[in-house]
Amino acid sequence: MADEISLSPDIAVEQLAPSRRRSLFRRVIANWSVSLGGGVLCMLVLTTMIAPWLGTIDPTAIDPSSGNLLPGTRGDFNNLSGEVISNHWFLMGTDSLGRDIWSRALYGARVSITVGIAVALLALVLGMFVGLTAGYFRRIDSVAMRLMDGVMAIPGILFAVSLVALFGGTLVTVIVAIAVPEIPRVARLVRSVVLSIREEPYVEAAIALDTPTWKILLRHILPNAIAPLIIQGTYVCASAILVEAILSFLGVGLPAEMATWGNIMAEGRSQFNQYPHNVLFPGVFLALTVLSVNVMGDGLRDTLDPKFNKRGN
Amino acid sequence: MLMFLGRRIIATIPVLLVVALIVFMMTRFAPGDPATAIVGDDASAANLHRVRSNLGLNDSLPIQFGRWGWQLLQGSLGESFFLKKQVSELIGQRIEPTLALTCLTLIMTIMIAVPLGIIAAWRHGGWLDRMLMGFSALGFSVPAFVIGYMLIWLFALRWQLFPVQGYSRISDGLGPWLSHLVLPATTLSIIYVALIARVTRAAVAEAMTEDYIRTARAKGISETRVLVRHALANAAIPIVTVIGIGVALLIGGVVVTESVFAIPGLGSLTVDAVLSRDFPLIQGITLFFSVVYVVVNLLVDISYLVLDPRIRY
Repeated sequence: MADEISLSPDIAVEQLAPSRRRSLFRRVIANWSVSLGGGVLCMLVLTTMIAPWLGTIDPTAIDPSSGNLLPGTRGDFNNLSGEVISNHWFLMGTDSLGRDIWSRALYGARVSITVGIAVALLALVLGMFVGLTAGYFRRIDSVAMRLMDGVMAIPGILFAVSLVALFGGTLVTVIVAIAVPEIPRVARLVRSVVLSIREEPYVEAAIALDTPTWKILLRHILPNAIAPLIIQGTYVCASAILVEAILSFLGVGLPAEMATWGNIMAEGRSQFNQYPHNVLFPGVFLALTVLSVNVMGDGLRDTLDPKFNKRGN
Repeated sequence: MLMFLGRRIIATIPVLLVVALIVFMMTRFAPGDPATAIVGDDASAANLHRVRSNLGLNDSLPIQFGRWGWQLLQGSLGESFFLKKQVSELIGQRIEPTLALTCLTLIMTIMIAVPLGIIAAWRHGGWLDRMLMGFSALGFSVPAFVIGYMLIWLFALRWQLFPVQGYSRISDGLGPWLSHLVLPATTLSIIYVALIARVTRAAVAEAMTEDYIRTARAKGISETRVLVRHALANAAIPIVTVIGIGVALLIGGVVVTESVFAIPGLGSLTVDAVLSRDFPLIQGITLFFSVVYVVVNLLVDISYLVLDPRIRY
C-alpha cells in the first residue's frame, strides 16, 4: 500500500474531529440493523433487570406438586413442606421439578448476557495483547502465531467442553473456556492492522521522537483497530451466548440448578415428547438474543467498516 | 508440485505439535490427580505413590510430554480410565455414524448452499437474495439443538415421517440408515448452509463485477454458462476455503447433534468422556478431531492447485 494513503476508510474513530465523530455516531444509530438489534437487546437487558417485578418467583425454588404444568396454568406454588407460598400464574409452565420456566428464563438471561459480554471483553483484551506484540515485535511474531494456529486447530466447542470438564463448571471457568478459542481470530485481526500501520510515516516519526513503545502501540496503532475490534466483539459475544447454552445443554456447563437457558433445555429434553415447551421457550429466548446481537454486528460492520462491507462477507 | 506437497505437509507439523502440547498441558494443569481417581481417596500413601509412578506422573513435565508424544507417534492414544480399552479402539468403534453424518451433511450443504449463493449473487438485491441473507442470519443464531428438537417434534412426532432418534448401521440396509440420518444431517447442515451460501454469494458477486464476465456475455454464451464457467470458477477458492474452515463448526455441531438424536458416534463418546472426566479419552478425541481439521485444511490448500491454474508452486 502506498504511504500517502494513510486515510484508509476504517481510520481510527478516536482520531476524527468531534463533529465527524458525532456524525459517525449518528450514522451508526440511524442504521436499521443496529437500532433493531440494539433495541431488542436493550429491552432484554431491561426485562431481566426488572425480572423480580414481572411476576417471577425464585427461579431455583422446587415444588414437586406443581411439576410439568402446561403454559398458562394458574396454581398454588408450595414450598417443600407443603405450605402455599403464592398463587402463581405459570406463564410458560413448569419443569418436572415444578420450577417456573418463565422465572428461570428471565433470570437465565442474566447469565447469558454476563457470559456473552465477559467472553467478548476477555477475548478482545487477550487477543489484542497477542496481536499487538506479535505484530510489532518480529521476534515474537512467528512463535506467537504458531501458537495461535494450534489453538485454532482445536474445534472451539471441543476445547471449551474439555476445559470446563477438567477445571469444573463455575462461571469463571466457563467464561475462560469459551474465550480462549476466540483469541486467535482477534489476535490475527489486530496483528494484520499492526503490520500495515507499523510502516506509516507517523509511526516512524513517533519512534524518531523516542516515544515509549507501549505508547506507540496504544496511542498510535491500536486506535486503527478499534472499529474492526468492535465488530469482531459483537460476533464473539453472540457465539459465546450460544456456546454457553450448548455447554449447559450437554451437562458440562454451569451447575444444573442454576437458571440458565441451556440448563432449562437440558432438564426438559428427557420429556420433550410430552412437554416440548421446556425446550422451546428458552430456545426462542436464546435464538432471539443471539439473532439481535448478530444483526447489530452486521449493522456495525456496514457503518464502521466500509472496506469490509464492500467485500460483502 | 511434489515440493509444494512436501512443504505444506511439513508446515502442519508445528501446528500439530502445538495442538499436542495444549492438549497435554490442559490435562496436566487440571485440578484433581488421576492417580487418586484410580485408587480412591482412602488409599495409602505408598499405594498412591506406586500408581503415580506406574502412570509416570512422578517424572518431570517435559519427560512426561516426550513419552506421551512418543506413544502418539507409534499410534497409541493411551487407554481410557473407565472403559479400560485403547482410546484408538474406542474411536474406531464409534467413527462410522459420525463419518456418515458429516459426509451426508457436507454433500447436502454443498448441493444446497452453492446454487443458492450463485442465484443470490446473480439477482443481487432481489427477493431471493434478501431471503437468503435473512435465513443465514437466522442460521447463525438458532442453536443446533433447538433446530433438532423442532425437527423431531414436527417430522418425527407429529407427522411420523422419520424415526425420532437412534442410528441404524449401513450394513443393516440403506433405507433405514438414510431415514435415521435425514433429520440429524438437516440439523447439522443449517449453520453450515448459512455460512457457505453467504460466502458463495459474496465471492460470486465480486466475480460478477469483473470484465471477463462482460466479455463472456458479449460472446453470447448462455447465462448459466457465464455463471458456472466464469463466475463460479473464479469464486471457487474462497468457497473451498470456507468449506475447510467450517469443518470446525461441523465438528462442534456433531457433538450437539449426536447428543440430541442419540447417535452412538464420536460426538456422544466425547460427551460421555467429559461427563465421566475420562482424561485420556478426552485427550484422544480432541487430538483426533484437531488432526482431522488440520488434514482437511491441508487438502483445501492442495485443491487450490486444481482450482486455480495460475497457482504454480
